[in-house]
Amino acid sequence: MSATAPLAIETHALRRVYRAKPNDVVALDGIDLEVAPGEFFGLLGPNGAGKTTLIKILTTLLLPTTGEARIFGFDVVHQTKQIRRIMNMVAGGEQSGYGILEVREQLWMFSQFYGLGSRDGWRRVDELIDAVGLDEQRRQKVSTLSTGQRQKMNFARGLLNDPWIFFLDEPTLGLDVSAARAVRELILSWKAAVPGRTVLLTSHYMAEVDELCERIAIVDHGRVLAIGSPAELKHRVQRESIFRLELDRLDGGTASLARLPGVVAASAAASDEGNGQGDRQSVSVNLVLEDDAALGGVVGALGGLGAQILALRKSEPTLEDVFVELVGRGFDDAPDASRDETPPQGRAANPQPRREDEPAEEELV
Amino acid sequence: MSGNPYVHRPTASPQAAAEWTQRQILMTNLRTVAGRAYPRVRGLAREKSWLFFEILLPFLTTSAFVFVYRALQAPPEYVGFVVLGGAMTAFWLNVIWMMASQLWWEKSQGNLELYFAAPMDIVAVLLGMAVGGMVMSSSRAAVVLVVATVVYGVTFAVDQWLLLLAVFFLTLTALYGLGMVLASLFLMWGREAYHLTQFLQEPVYFVSGLNFPVGRLGMLGALAIALLPLAVGLDAMRQLAFADAAYPVGTPPPEVEALILVVMTVVFLSLARWMLRTLERLARREGRLTIRWQ
Repeated sequence: MSATAPLAIETHALRRVYRAKPNDVVALDGIDLEVAPGEFFGLLGPNGAGKTTLIKILTTLLLPTTGEARIFGFDVVHQTKQIRRIMNMVAGGEQSGYGILEVREQLWMFSQFYGLGSRDGWRRVDELIDAVGLDEQRRQKVSTLSTGQRQKMNFARGLLNDPWIFFLDEPTLGLDVSAARAVRELILSWKAAVPGRTVLLTSHYMAEVDELCERIAIVDHGRVLAIGSPAELKHRVQRESIFRLELDRLDGGTASLARLPGVVAASAAASDEGNGQGDRQSVSVNLVLEDDAALGGVVGALGGLGAQILALRKSEPTLEDVFVELVGRGFDDAPDASRDETPPQGRAANPQPRREDEPAEEELV
Repeated sequence: MSGNPYVHRPTASPQAAAEWTQRQILMTNLRTVAGRAYPRVRGLAREKSWLFFEILLPFLTTSAFVFVYRALQAPPEYVGFVVLGGAMTAFWLNVIWMMASQLWWEKSQGNLELYFAAPMDIVAVLLGMAVGGMVMSSSRAAVVLVVATVVYGVTFAVDQWLLLLAVFFLTLTALYGLGMVLASLFLMWGREAYHLTQFLQEPVYFVSGLNFPVGRLGMLGALAIALLPLAVGLDAMRQLAFADAAYPVGTPPPEVEALILVVMTVVFLSLARWMLRTLERLARREGRLTIRWQ
C-alpha cells in the first residue's frame, strides 16, 4: 500500500436519525473517524451507542442521514458495488443460510454470490473448512451445528471473497471461552496473511477489544468520546500508580503503609492464598502511590516493618475504567440499552418479536 | 492458489479488487442464480414432507371437483381441466409463499443483509429462487398431473405440442416475474407479507379458474386473463391440451394468449428489476434491510 492510498475507513460528520414515534432516534450524531489500511480498529460502547448502525452504513446496508463515509476511497452511498466486492462481515449469533444444507453446500452457495467458479468454489470452501477447524462437520447439516461451530462457519463464509476489509459485529457473542479464543485466532491469522487487510470490530467485551485492537474509538449515544490505542486511552485515566503487594506479614496493618511518603492510599485486598501455596499465611495490600518512584521508599520501609515481599504486581487501569471515566457510568449501567436499533442476528436478549397468532416458522429455502 | 487458506485470489490493492470487468459481473450474476437455486433443488430430496402437503392435499382438492363434475354429468374434458388446474396450483403456491414473501423470511433469518452486502445483483438472487422454485414445483405438478390423469382416466388431445410447451414455459416465466414484483413489494411491507400472501391465495385461485374454465367468469375472467399469468396460461394450455373439446368461448385463442404471456414476462421482469433497485434505495434509507422485525 502506498503512502497516498486512501484510508480504509473515513467518515466525516456522519449522522443517522431513525424516524420513530414519539421522537426520532439519533443513532449517530456526527461521527468522524479515520482508519488506516491494515489497522485493527475497535468500536467500544454499550448497547444503543450506535456501533451497529455505523457498521450497517459502512457495509452499505443503511444510508446516512447526513455526512460522508468512504471505504478505501469508495463512497458508501454511490459506490456500493465496489465496496461490496472488497468487504465482508460477520455478526455474533448470526443464523444465516439454510439449515437443510450441509456446511460445505452452504458455503459453496455463498461462494457463488462472490463469483467463484463452481469447482473453484468447492475447492475454496474445503480449504476454509479445514482452516476454521470444521473438517468433521463438513457434511453435517447446518441446522445441527453448535453455536461455536456455526460461528466458525460464518467466518469461513466471511473469508470466501478474500475481503480487504472485514466488519465484525460482536463476533464472539454467546461463544464459550475456547470457541471465542479460536475465533480471535482466526481473525488474527487472516489479517496477518496480507498487509493492508483491515478489521473493524465492535464488541462489548473490553478484554477482547483490548487484546485485538490497535486503536479503539469509545462511542456512546452516537458520538465518539475518545480515540486512541488501548495503552493511550488507559494512560488518560491513570493519574496514580497502583500496585498490589503480597507480604508474609504486616505489623501495624495497612495504616502503617499509608503514612509513608508518596503513598496516597493503602488498603487490604482479598488474598490470593490457596493457589498452590499450601497453608502459608500472607497479606495482600493494594497500594496507590503518587508515582512509580515512590515504590522504592515503600520497599525500604517494609523491611523496617519486618515484612517480606512475596509478590509485587503493578495494576493497570482497564478499558472499563476508561469508559467509566469518559461516560460517567459503567457498561452494564447503560440507561437505554434497549435502544440498540439493529441488534446482531439472534441475540438472545433481544429476540425477534412474534405475534401470538403467527405460526412457528419453518424453514423456507 | 497460494497454499495459505487465508489468501485465495490475491489482488494488488483494494482498488484493483473493486474494479470488475463486465464479464466478471455477468458471471457472478449467473453463478448467483445457480447458487441460490441450489438449496431448493437439494431440498427436494431432503424434505420428504412435501410429498404429503404438496401432492396429496392438492390431489384431494382436485378429486373433489372431479366428483362434482361427474355428479353433474359435465363434459368429460372438465375432468381434464380441473386436473390441469390442480397441477398448476403448485406453481402459484410456490410463487406466493416462496417468492413473494421469501425476502421477508430471508430478512428475519439474517440472509437478506448478506445478499445485499454481496456484490451481485439482487435480481440474480430472485432469479435463482425462481429457477429453484420452478424445479421444485415442476416435480410436484408432474406428480399431481400423472397420478390424477391415471386415476381419473383423462385423455389429452394435443395438436400443437410446441405451442403447448411454449405456453407452459411462458406461463412460468410470467408467473415467476410476477413473484419477483411481489417480492420487492413485500420487502417494504415486512411482516404484513404473510397476511397479504394469505389474502392473495384464494382470490387468485378463483379468478384464475383453476377448477373451471376462466371464460365462465365473463368480464372478471377477461380481466384475469389480462393481468394474471396463471389465468391466461392455464386457459391457453387447456385449449391446447384438449383441442378436440367443445371449449367454452369467450377467451382469446391460444396464440394470442401466448403473446399476452410474452408481454407479461417482459413487463413483470422489467418492473421487478426497477422496483428492486428503487426499493433497495428506499429500504437503505429507512433501515428496512437491517431491522429484523419491520
